[in-house]
Parts: sequence; structure tokens; C-alpha cells
Amino acid sequence: MTAAPTKSDTYGVLAEFDTAHGIYIAAEKVREAGYTRWDALTPFPVHGLERVMGLEASRVPIVALVMALCGACLGLALEYWTSAVDYPLVIAGKPFFSWPAFVPVIFELTVLFGAAGALLSSLFFARLPRWYHPSFYGQASGRVSDDRFCLLILAADPRFDAAKTVEFCQQLSPRSVELIQEP
Amino acid sequence: MAAIAATYADQRLAPEPVDHRLPLLIGNPDFHVVTETVAGVVEKGMPRGWWIFFGVSLAMFLQGAAVIGYLFWKGIGIWGVQNPVGWGWAITNFVWWIGIGHAGTLISAVLFLLRQRWRTSINRFAEAMTLFAVLCALTFPSIHVGRPWFLYWFLPIPDQMKIWQNFRSPLLWDFFAVSVYGTVSFMFWYLGLIPDLATMRDRAKGRLKPIIYGIFALGWRGSMRHWVHYERAYLILAGLATPLVLSVHSIVSFDFAASIVPGWHSTIFPPYFVAGAIFSGFALVLTLMLIARQLFGLQHIVTLRHIEAMNKVMLSMGLVVAYAYGVEAFSAWYSGNLYEGFTAYNRAFGPYAWAYWTMIFCNVVMPQTLWFKRLRTSVMWTFIATIFVNIGMWFERFVIIVSSLANDYLPSSWRYYRPTVFDVAIYVGTFGLFFTLFSLFIRFVPMIAMSEIKQVLPQADPHAQPAELSGSHA
Repeated sequence: MTAAPTKSDTYGVLAEFDTAHGIYIAAEKVREAGYTRWDALTPFPVHGLERVMGLEASRVPIVALVMALCGACLGLALEYWTSAVDYPLVIAGKPFFSWPAFVPVIFELTVLFGAAGALLSSLFFARLPRWYHPSFYGQASGRVSDDRFCLLILAADPRFDAAKTVEFCQQLSPRSVELIQEP
Repeated sequence: MAAIAATYADQRLAPEPVDHRLPLLIGNPDFHVVTETVAGVVEKGMPRGWWIFFGVSLAMFLQGAAVIGYLFWKGIGIWGVQNPVGWGWAITNFVWWIGIGHAGTLISAVLFLLRQRWRTSINRFAEAMTLFAVLCALTFPSIHVGRPWFLYWFLPIPDQMKIWQNFRSPLLWDFFAVSVYGTVSFMFWYLGLIPDLATMRDRAKGRLKPIIYGIFALGWRGSMRHWVHYERAYLILAGLATPLVLSVHSIVSFDFAASIVPGWHSTIFPPYFVAGAIFSGFALVLTLMLIARQLFGLQHIVTLRHIEAMNKVMLSMGLVVAYAYGVEAFSAWYSGNLYEGFTAYNRAFGPYAWAYWTMIFCNVVMPQTLWFKRLRTSVMWTFIATIFVNIGMWFERFVIIVSSLANDYLPSSWRYYRPTVFDVAIYVGTFGLFFTLFSLFIRFVPMIAMSEIKQVLPQADPHAQPAELSGSHA
């Protein structure tokens, strides 16, 4: 770690903004400049920014739907097998497979699996938990969870050039611009 | 903070110019002020009042735990339950707590789907309350079974007895409903908490705190690539929790409605119970919120507009509950059934008339005061009203359970039910558990959803020009 930072150690350029308006305008300029590998760090979802960034719609709903259906099937299978196959017992003169009475448990398992699917898939798609990330080395990224808005242009971007990208970011009227080095 | 609160002390005089409503947040704080106010409560350490509150709660909880230990030793004969009243205070308390636990998810999920933006100031708080209330509720059926070491019999797991649960039984539905409700409420609460835990992590000082908050924040860094999935998952959890919250108390009411006890065997029970749950849940959220707001100086975040909106929901739910009382009496008479008719009469004029009229006064008469704007926007009166509603809703469950069981079909087995000191001690113990957990929540977790509050501020709109913003709240 004693060697001088080279390009491969540079993670990206972090530009810090004061307002949601500021980062929105800046993000449009970053897109127009042709950068493709960049990110926006914000204290809350800035609506519209995902379109500027060209992010695809989240696939969380699909996963949740599939999981919910799995929960429903599991509930039905569990109740059918236990009540009609493995341990058939006449209760209150009802048929072994008395499906109307099985609805509440099917419903509960549908909700349980759907909710777990939504929570876990949202973490999975966001690649969380990930306790280490190079962007944490930025001076400004510590304030993102408070009131600052940051644009992060990655060194992996084909148009990235440390000096030129920093200069480009300076023109976006940011509060500060810094180069993030991976130690 | 005190300055802002003082400036807007009489919030009634400061309506928003556009729609003549009170602003959601007083003084239009910037993002950093929101963070400072909410995170500051946790970081500054607790006032002396908190320690007293925590100590008393912990003592209450410990005595409850000791009495539960004694209960396990001696058996449930130490309670007042006896034939024919087999469900005494324990089940009354269970239904009461689970009802309390409805407000959190209702505020989080239903109001979220209805785009009621005022929910952001109170949802975290109410969700935490839900979790703790569900825990308290679960205590009662668990110890009421008499042999709690066999509780795993509820679970559909293969065991050496080679038998399975009866899935046609409302009691088993109830087990599934309450445990799923607790689990999903926890997931919803935790998902909403992740961005705020990241805030706590970034602000934490010392060695241990950043690590602990960091672990629970899961490495959240506020990337838009996180937020798109986060928002979608939040919406879906809200969509799933909405039917769930309505199902839970419906299923609890099936415990009663699916039986043939007079006064229980009624189709009105599910909506009646759900309305009652929302009624009591909103009342307890308000009770606690009014205290916390005062104690931690959050008057500009939890404003009179929030309190008034909550009061309106409470009033309307109170009317639904009053209607249900009327329908119960009407259908008892209209059915022409001797036992139903007697039960309805006996509730109002029999040995438990004192409980019935307490319930009517607290749940029907007193909430009518909330028709008046002056009382609805009075912090003191709201506090008093919520206490009445909490008491009234406890008596509602007591009346339903005890008066139906004590005087059922066979007059020779009638018996007047009296709780024992152990019933009271365990109920007090669950209050201890609730408030202990609540104090810890306030101590370690931001009690207001900071990232959501920031979203409802006008400057969160990326198309808002800075110049417009500064002029809008002059």
C-alpha cells in the first residue's frame, strides 16, 4: 500500500451536491456526456433520477408473485396431505379435504412467502448485505445518509479519465469533487 | 428545536396558504434539521425521565415474569378461570393486545397505499408498537394452554405421535394468523429501518456503535440502484400487509364466531373486531406519541395536523364499533332466539352491567366529543380521549368473553367470574414487557422514519427550483 496510486487503484470520482434539484440537473449532463457506468447516492429516492440513469424496472414484483404462489401451493399441499392422506380423521362430519376451512392458512402462507420474497429479493437485487464498498472511502459519502446527494462516476467507465472527469464534474456546480482511491 | 416549536406554538394560526391545511412539518425544516432532530434523540442520551420510565417498566416486566414462573409451577388454577368461564382475563388481554397491534401496520400499509403523506411522521413509531403488542399478545395464549412446553404441537412438524394438526380449527388459523402477522410486520419495519440505520452508522462515534449500526444497516449506501428495489419491495409489502392486517383480527374473531356460545355465534364479528382493533390501536399510538412528542420536543414533526387526522380515524372507527353494538342487540332481538336474546339483555342489565356501561361510555359516548374541532386539535383532550378508548376497548373484550361464558345455556352452571391477583399481575407484566421494549426502541433506534420525512419535504422534488422553495413559506 506504499506505492503511489495508479489508475487501477482509482475507484471513481465523487461529486457532491446540496439539493435534489442539483443532482438531477447534473445527472442529465453526465448522461449527455456519454458516461455509462455511474451511480447516484441520495438520502431518499429522488423520483425521476432512475429514468435519467436509465435503470430498468425492478424485478422484485415478479419474485414476490412467484414466492406468494409457492406459499399458496405449499399451504394447500400441506393441508391436503395432512388432513386427507396421512392422517384422515372425520371432524364435525366434514369431508377430509374440506377446502373452505383450509383457506385461512393458505392465505397466511401466501402472504408470508410473498413478503419474504419481496424483502429478500430487494436485498438480493441491490447486492446487499455488502458491508464493504469502495464508495465508503469518499469524504462526502458519509453525509449521503443525511442531506447530501452524490454522483459517482466509476473508473471502470470507458470514458473515464481521472483528470478530465474531475474537471467535467467541476462544471456541474457541485459542492465538492473528489477522487476515490481504493487503499 | 425549542425555538421552532415556540414559534409555531399555536399551530392553528398558521394554515398553509394553498390548500388551507396545516403544513405537514412545521417551519419547513431542511434535511439536516430532520436528521439532527430524530437522530439527536438517540445520540444525546436519554433524559432522567427515560431512566425512571425504563426502570419502572422493567420492574413491572420482571414481576410478571416471576408470576408466570409461579403459574408454570402451580398451573392455571391460580387464575380466576373456572367452569364455565374458561377464557378469563388471559384471552381478554390477548384480544386487546392484538387489537392494539393493528394500528402500526394499518398506518404503515393502508395509509401508504392511500398516499396519506402524514403517515411518515408516525409510521415507524406505530410499527414498533405493533411488534411489541403482538409479543405481549402472544404471551397469553402461550401460557393459557396450561402446558406451555407442548406449544410446538401447533407447528405442522412430523413427530413421534404420528398425528397432524386440525386445519379446520379456528384456533389453529389463529396461530398461523398471529405468527405470520408478527413476522411480516417485523419485515416491513426492518425494511423501512435500513436507510435510517445507515444514517445512524454514518453519524455514530466511538468504536462499537458504528460496527453495530453498520451490521444492521447491511451496507446500505443510498444508491439509486438500491432505492428502486427498496421502493418496489416496500410497496409490495404494503400491499400484502393490507389484507393481512384485516385478516388477523377477522381470524381472531373466528375463535368466537365459529363456536355456538350465545353472543359469539355472529357473522358481524370479523368487521366488528377489525374496526375495534383499529379504534384501540390508533388510541394507543396517540397516547404514546403525545408523550414522546412532548418528551423529546418533536412538535414540529408530529404536528396538530397528524393528531387531528388520527382523531378523525378514531372517531369514524368508534362509530363503526357503536353500530356493531347496535346490530348485536338488534339481531339478538330479531332472531327470536331465546338464548341470544337473554345474552344481549344480560350484558346490559345482568351481573356484568357495570362493565357493559363502562364500555358504552368509553367507546360510544366519549368519542363523540371528537366531532368538535377544538377538542380534536387539543393535545390534552386527545390524550384523555385515547385513555378512555383504551379502557373501553379492554372492557369490550371482557364483556364479550366473560358475560357470554358466565351465563350460557345451562343456568345450573352459571357462575360469576372474578379475576385473582395473579391475573392482574400478569397483565401488568405484559405492560412492563411492552414499555421495556418501547423504551429500548426509543433509546437505540430512530423513532421517526427520517428518509421518509425527507421525501415529503417540498425540496425533495428534483424539479423544485431553489428560488420557489425559499419564497413558499415566508
